[in-house]
Amino acid sequence: MLPIVQVQGLTKKFGDFTAVDGVSFEIKQGEILGLLGPNGAGKTTTFQMLLGLVTPTAGSIRMFGKDLAMHREEILSQVNFSSTYISMPYSLTAEENLWVAAKLYGLSDIARRIDEVVKKLEMEEFRHKLTRKLSSGQMTRLTLAKAILTEPKILFLDEPTASLDPDIAHKIRALLKDVRRSAGLSILYTSHNMREMEEMSDRIIFLQKGKVVAQGTAQEITERFGQRDLEDVFLKLARES
Amino acid sequence: MMKFHRIHALITRHLFLYKRSLPRLMEIFYWPFLDLVVWGFITVYLMKFQGQLPGVVTFFLGALILWDVLFRAQQGITISFLEEIWSRNLMNLFASPLKPSEFLAATMALSVFKVAMVSCVMVAAAYFFYSYNVFMIGLSLVPFVLNLIITGWIIGVLTTSLIMRFGQEAEVLAWGMVFLFQPISCVFYPIEILPKWLQAIAWANPATHVFEGMRGVLSGGSLPVAHLGWATGLNLLYLATIIGVFHWTFNICKEKGLLVRVGE
Repeated sequence: MLPIVQVQGLTKKFGDFTAVDGVSFEIKQGEILGLLGPNGAGKTTTFQMLLGLVTPTAGSIRMFGKDLAMHREEILSQVNFSSTYISMPYSLTAEENLWVAAKLYGLSDIARRIDEVVKKLEMEEFRHKLTRKLSSGQMTRLTLAKAILTEPKILFLDEPTASLDPDIAHKIRALLKDVRRSAGLSILYTSHNMREMEEMSDRIIFLQKGKVVAQGTAQEITERFGQRDLEDVFLKLARES
Repeated sequence: MMKFHRIHALITRHLFLYKRSLPRLMEIFYWPFLDLVVWGFITVYLMKFQGQLPGVVTFFLGALILWDVLFRAQQGITISFLEEIWSRNLMNLFASPLKPSEFLAATMALSVFKVAMVSCVMVAAAYFFYSYNVFMIGLSLVPFVLNLIITGWIIGVLTTSLIMRFGQEAEVLAWGMVFLFQPISCVFYPIEILPKWLQAIAWANPATHVFEGMRGVLSGGSLPVAHLGWATGLNLLYLATIIGVFHWTFNICKEKGLLVRVGE
């Protein structure tokens, strides 16, 4: 089966600074790929290039066998993302924000779909609340709801459980695994919680100074670096850099 | 090909905002009303010199209402973009299938909505406070207004491109840029008042043709076909150019990684 995401020699330079340096990876259908690395490793820039927000200096990004630059609209209608570092319009209620997102992606039967997602993410108590009044945990759930609302085939998640309490974070991870199983969703996942990365990811790629320095399952990576667990690998690589 | 559902999504997003945002409602009701009242009373005062300045009320109030059409059309575009920056929503929009052209189409539709609301307020206030009926300009009011809306769009898209490129520091242009064009739009005085060298620049401004044409009609002249032709031709030329500039700027911002950092 053809990988659903194919990234080849992806490079991004900002002047003299190389943020991403010849990164290549693939994501298969239904696979969760973890993207790990210390701050400044190039994770966010890679995300932004995959979402078409930043133009690569070199390399190619293909999704569903098509080039992102050439088929942006078609590809992005089947992709969504969530990040702790973005927000949604504050003067709209959570439900209004979901409605706008649904319309933007051309969803039909919007009301039913919003009801489903609100229930899944336990958002009933704040669905009619203004976004500016949401707690950071509720905000994270809202951006996650926006991401799964549109029934994407690929999901890019940048620290999706940051600022959630352990109970909700556990439920969100269970939900993502469930959506992955039932819809064959492919996910690119970042987190600074190493246990979460081990739990969620089928494979992990480790970025450092814009380059892939290791890839494989969590176990393969820890064995390769002779460490106890992923957290120790992270500390070793981060301190070396 | 543009998709209507995406344009509709953006328009609705802003209408949701308008219904509960006091500053946005003030843009429609408070400021235009205040403008009209202040300038209206100045005009009433000037009426005392009617002998020296014939038709002063008609000229001033008509010009004021039409200038506000241009101003609010520009604001409709620029403020919609700023709203997305302020709410850190640009990433959500441009990581979706939304095209830059659809974004512009939505902001243009919003600016028409804004102009319609502001015009209702100003026309009604002018009638009740000063018994002034703007419709006395006649049928030529329609092409005048349409041309001023397009000029407002052009300045709005230009300002938006600059804010996108230069970030938060350029935000002040959202309110200031349009006034750069006011002296050479000949809103409240005829073009002959300007020095010769500035007249040449003013004639390249579509708004000048509209205001000159309006004064012609109010002085009892016929429909100023030549002025309308020039205004329309210049507007279409500038609009096509500025849309090209917006797309070019958008691509530069994606290359430099500015699109995800604008507003920071």
